[in-house]
Amino acid sequence: MMVKTVQFSKARYLGDPINAVKVYNDKCVDELVLLDIKATEHGRIDFDSVEDIVSEAFMPIAYGGGVTSLEHCEELFARGVEKIVLNSAAFSNPALIKEASDRFGSQALVISIDVRRNLWKKPQAWIQSGRKNTKMEPVELAVRSEVFGAGEIMLTDIDREGSFAGYDIDLLASVTRSVSVPVIANGGAGQIAHFEEAVNRGGASAVAAGSMFAFAGKNQGVLITYPSEEDLCEQFWGKLT
Amino acid sequence: LITIVDYGVGNAKSVANMLLRVGQRAEVSADPDVIQRSSKLILPGVGHFRYGMDMLRRSGLLDVLNARVQGDKVPILGICLGAQLMGEGSEEGGSAGLNWMRFRTVAFDRAKVGGHIKVPHMGWAETRTASETPLFSGIERPARFYYVHSYHFACDNDSIEMCYATHGYEFVSGIQSGNMFGVQFHPEKSHRFGLTLLKNFAENL
Repeated sequence: MMVKTVQFSKARYLGDPINAVKVYNDKCVDELVLLDIKATEHGRIDFDSVEDIVSEAFMPIAYGGGVTSLEHCEELFARGVEKIVLNSAAFSNPALIKEASDRFGSQALVISIDVRRNLWKKPQAWIQSGRKNTKMEPVELAVRSEVFGAGEIMLTDIDREGSFAGYDIDLLASVTRSVSVPVIANGGAGQIAHFEEAVNRGGASAVAAGSMFAFAGKNQGVLITYPSEEDLCEQFWGKLT
Repeated sequence: LITIVDYGVGNAKSVANMLLRVGQRAEVSADPDVIQRSSKLILPGVGHFRYGMDMLRRSGLLDVLNARVQGDKVPILGICLGAQLMGEGSEEGGSAGLNWMRFRTVAFDRAKVGGHIKVPHMGWAETRTASETPLFSGIERPARFYYVHSYHFACDNDSIEMCYATHGYEFVSGIQSGNMFGVQFHPEKSHRFGLTLLKNFAENL
């Protein structure tokens, strides 16, 4: 079952992930991130469903959720996943980043950092689908993850997630200035202009969006969608500095 | 009948699913009789060269594959490791290949790639063709494909070079010779570009 959240809660049912993948196939999406937001809590990875989804996808897939060991990584790659996303384990067991990147190459390893700002607007990294505060600054976690072998960092702003308000450019810039691996901006995208901002001002190497590609219209009805190559060219790629 | 050769290396299902999307039924099979009846073959695969060669040998399909590809000249498309296996051999594990085509598989030259660019090469890359090839017919340019690899083809004879991509330096990313085609990238993960390429293989050869 596919859901979309707002600030990591209010999960809204979007339908069957396989159907969504088929729509994203037709829309020629370049890469898909598949996150099982219950896997860590339930302590299991649904390998069969991952394989079903991956074999229907005409684009590379990064999987995240419940990955805590090298064996998990191995099994996921055997099921056809191209990249693995670590979040809770990247904080609790950074040695896993090192072992996995030594074995599979850092290019196959995405470290996802979920951020909330506290009352004093200080950004802090959260784990376990945003249920546990690590109290670590995202920049510190990003730098440490890179040292251990992260190939990419996906920075998600929980406060803005599902808000359509645009990315937190200050947060993004603070992380992209501190690491040399590519950073994917996530959380808050509502229009193509936000992508351009994340790259040109935030220093992001890539941008991700969820709600923007899942809802449409004033009433935000569920509509799996993706901008056309023409719109992306004109409003995004053509404006990169 | 298009058969995707199943020798236990890599995910053949996504290739079959993409072919289905262009209206072509493909069978994923390790049965020599099915391969004997096939009009076209696809050799997929990801992973270590020597392991792939061992698995192919162990599958008991070497004879029928040699007979169909070398004897009957059935069109075959090798993907990633599957393509590498069609050559003389690889630096990876120092193993000999199927020896169907005159090329070797070599590791990315890290000194030539440059320190800031990482190996494995992973991601989308613009892919340009050497000359006219039926596989690229109708694909919009610049063509983009998805790559995941640490080794690449090296040809002494450039007449079998089909296409190129750049990762630090330009390398041969596709080869062709008669009925045989091999691509380093993953058409099954390269949405509309891969779709057209597989459609070309299924319909135009």
